[in-house]
Amino acid sequence: MSEGGFSRRGVLQGAAAVGAALVVPVARGAAGGALAANAYISVTSLGVELALPKTEMGQGVITSLSMLVAEELGVALNKVRVSIPDGDAPRFAPITQETGGSTSIREVYKPMRQAAARARVGLIEAAARQWGIAPGQCDLVDGMVVAGKRRIAMGDLIAAASLPREAPLRDRLGLIGRPTRRIDARPKITGALQFGIDFRLPGMKVATLAQCPIYGGTLAGLDEKAALAIPGVVKLVKGRDVVFVVADHYWAALQGYVAANVQWAPGPKPAEQGAIVADLDAALTRPGHSAKAQGDLNAARGREFSATYHQPFLAHAAMEPLACTIHVTEKGCEIWSGSQVPAQARADAAKALGLGEDKVTFHNFQMGGGFGRRLETDMVLRAVELGRAVPYPVKLVWSREEDVQHDMFRPAYADRIRATVDDKGRPIAWEHRIAGSSIMARLMGDGFKGVDGDAIEGAVEMPYAVAAHHVTFQQVESAVPTSWWRGVGGLRSCFVVESFIDELAHGAGADPLAYRLALMQDARSRAVLARAAKEAGWGRALPLGQGMGIAVLKLWGTHIAAVVEAKVEDAQISVPRVTIAVDCGLAINPLGIEAQVESGVIFGLSAALYGEITMRDGAAQQSNYHDFRILRMNEAPRIATHIIASQADPGGMGEPPCAVVAPALANAVFAASGQRMRTLPLMA
Amino acid sequence: MPIILSVNGQKHSIDNAAADVPLLWVLRDMVGMTGTKFGCGVGLCGACGVLIGGQRFFSCQTPLRAVIGRDVTTIEGLGEDPHGAALQQAWEEADVVQCGYCQPGQLIAACALLKANPRPDDAAIDEGMSGNLCRCGTYPRIRKAVKLAAGGGR
Repeated sequence: MSEGGFSRRGVLQGAAAVGAALVVPVARGAAGGALAANAYISVTSLGVELALPKTEMGQGVITSLSMLVAEELGVALNKVRVSIPDGDAPRFAPITQETGGSTSIREVYKPMRQAAARARVGLIEAAARQWGIAPGQCDLVDGMVVAGKRRIAMGDLIAAASLPREAPLRDRLGLIGRPTRRIDARPKITGALQFGIDFRLPGMKVATLAQCPIYGGTLAGLDEKAALAIPGVVKLVKGRDVVFVVADHYWAALQGYVAANVQWAPGPKPAEQGAIVADLDAALTRPGHSAKAQGDLNAARGREFSATYHQPFLAHAAMEPLACTIHVTEKGCEIWSGSQVPAQARADAAKALGLGEDKVTFHNFQMGGGFGRRLETDMVLRAVELGRAVPYPVKLVWSREEDVQHDMFRPAYADRIRATVDDKGRPIAWEHRIAGSSIMARLMGDGFKGVDGDAIEGAVEMPYAVAAHHVTFQQVESAVPTSWWRGVGGLRSCFVVESFIDELAHGAGADPLAYRLALMQDARSRAVLARAAKEAGWGRALPLGQGMGIAVLKLWGTHIAAVVEAKVEDAQISVPRVTIAVDCGLAINPLGIEAQVESGVIFGLSAALYGEITMRDGAAQQSNYHDFRILRMNEAPRIATHIIASQADPGGMGEPPCAVVAPALANAVFAASGQRMRTLPLMA
Repeated sequence: MPIILSVNGQKHSIDNAAADVPLLWVLRDMVGMTGTKFGCGVGLCGACGVLIGGQRFFSCQTPLRAVIGRDVTTIEGLGEDPHGAALQQAWEEADVVQCGYCQPGQLIAACALLKANPRPDDAAIDEGMSGNLCRCGTYPRIRKAVKLAAGGGR
C-alpha cells in the first residue's frame, strides 16, 4: 500500500508532477504575455494566475494553494487570481485534477512550490541580467525584483524571463504557517458565488429526474398526459430505469413527476438489509484474501478475545443536491457542473456520446460539499442521457430524495478481530477479517486481485506492534451501488481497530491511554495521543453517566488523536466536548487545519450517532435529512484543536479527523455506561 | 394580471400562473437570483431561508401568493440590513465558511435571531440556529461569529 493509497482511476501522481514550462492562454486583460510556471501557475502583468489543480469543495484549497504560490513568488495573497479550470486531462497531466483522498495539499504541495520557485528564480535572473549583477543580490518581494535601491515589477520581466530547470524553495517562510483567513469567503456570504446548481443559460430548461428506486429495476409505466398537463412542463424523456421531466422551472418539473404517477418493475434480486448483513457475517467465516500475513497466529498461547463490528451504508448528503447543466449540439457537448473529477467526467461524457474528448467541454464549479460523492460521474451521465434527447440546454436538478436514495453509498462492512494476549494482556496474535463491497474492484475490473487496497488501509498498518498480525479482505457485493466516502478505508478500520484495542485494554484492566502508549513505537502517533489526553484532562473524574474515550489514527502522513466526552442519559448519547491533537506535517494554514478538524469531527459524529442507509424491498429506506440525520448546532460539541509543530511533508487533513472520532465516541460511551457498542450508528 | 414580487426593495413582475409556486423557485428559476439555496425542499435544512418582516421563512415552503405586498430580503440584500452587514463581517472575521452552500441560509437565520434577540447567549444561539444544517460542520465558528456580530466585535 503506498502512502497515497487512494486513487480513483488513474495512478496517483506525486512529486513527479512538475511540468515543464507550458504554453497557456494569456490571462484576459494582461498585457505583455504570461510566464507559465506550469500548467496551473502563470505570472502576468496583473499578478499571478492560479488555475486550481484541485477543486474547492470547502476544504480551503483556494486559500492554501494560493498561499504556497504567493510565498514562493513573493507576492501578496490578494495578487493571486484563482480560477477553476475546465476538465482537461492532456493540459494538466500528469496531475489528474482529482480532488479526493485528502490530496489537495499532499499531492500538489511540492509541484506547486517548485514551479513557483522556478518562476521566481527565472524572474530574478532576468532582472539581474538587465542590471548586470549577480542573481544572488536580488530578491522577489511584493511583486517586485529588488536589489538595493533598484526595483522592477515582475510583470515587466515576463518577456525576458525563462525558467531554470531547478530552483530552491524559499527557506524562510512568511506566509506558510501563518493562520490565514479564507480568501474566498466574501462571495459565499453575499450569495454571489455560483455553484453548479446555480448556473443559468438563456433559453435553458430545468429538469428533474426519477430513477427506479429498486436497484436493477426498470420503468414500467407512467401517466405522460397528466404530467404534460402541469403548467410549465414541456417534455418527458424516458429511459430504461429513469424518467426525466423537463419544464420551465424546477417546481413545474417536480409537480410533473408527481402527476406522472410513475410505476416501476423490481429487479431480479431486490436488496434486503437483513440478507446483506447476513452475507457479510457469512463472509467473516471464510478466510478471504490475504492483505498481510506476518507471523504465526497459531503459535500464540494465551487468553483470547474476539469481537465483530458492523458499519452501515452511508449517504454523502452534501448540502448542494446533485445538478448538471448540459447542451448537446451537432458540434459537440458543453457541460456545467461541480465535480471532484472534471477530467474523468469529460471523458465519460464523451464516451457516452460517442464523441472525441475535444468535442466535449466540462466547466467545473466550486462544490457545495463533495465528500466523495462527486468522485463519481453518474450525475453527468444522467445529464447526457437527457441532454441528447433535447435540442436546448437543460439543467438537471436532483431532488434531495433522489440525491439520498440514489447516492452511491459508503459500503456496509462487517469486521472481526480475534486476538491472543500474553500474561500482561498485550496482543501477541491479531487476526482481522474485513468483509464488504469493494470499490476498487468495480474501478479496476479484471485488474482486481482480491484485496481492496483502500478497504484494508489502517488495518494493515495499524499503530500497534503485534508479533503475529494477519489481515484479510473478503469482497461481498449486493445490488447496492457503493463508492468513496470521507475517510474511506481508514474510517472503517479506525473504528474497528481502536474499539478493539480499547476492549483489550479494559480486558487487561489497564488505562486505555497507557495501554495504547505501551504498544506504540511511532513517536509522532505517541505524541498526538499524549497531547490530546493532556489537553482533555484524561483521567479526571466526570459526573455519573459521562465518560471519556480515546482513539488514534495514522493516515496519509497525518497523525491524529481524539478524546471524546460522551454523556449517556435515558439511552440518549450526547457529546459535550472533543479534543483533537494533530501532527499533519508542515501546517500550511493552521486556521484551515482547525476548520478541517471541526468539519471532520462533526461529519464523523453525524455518522457515528445517526448515519445509516438501510435497504428494504430493494430500495433505500431513507430519503431526506429527517431520516438521514446529521448533527445540528445544538448537538455540536465544543471542539479544541491542538496542532503539533512539524517539519515533515504535509499530510492529508480533509479526512483523518472524520475517521478518528467514531471509535473515540464508542469508547467514551463504554466509559460512561459500561456498554460496548460494536455496531454503528450508535443511536440506531 | 402579473404578480408583483418585491425582493430587496426591487419589484419583479411574475406571471400570475406562478402564484402557488414556492418562493424559492420563483427566486431561482424565474427572477434569476440564485443566492437563496435549494437544500432539501421540505423545510428541514434552512438553506432557502429569506427574511419577511424581519422573520425567517423557508422559501421552499412559502408560496409566491403568501408574499404578495410584502418585501422579501434575500442573501443578496442582507448587507443593507445593519445586523446583516455586521454578521457578514463577523463571518469573515471568524473564518466561518467552508463549502459555503448553506451559509446564505445561516446568515439569514442569524439575522432573524439578532433582530429578535440582539444579545443572544449560547443557548439562544443554539436554539436560533438549529433549523439550519451545515454538512461541513461550521457550527463552532457560526457560534463565534454570531457572538462577534452581537457584541459589536467584543
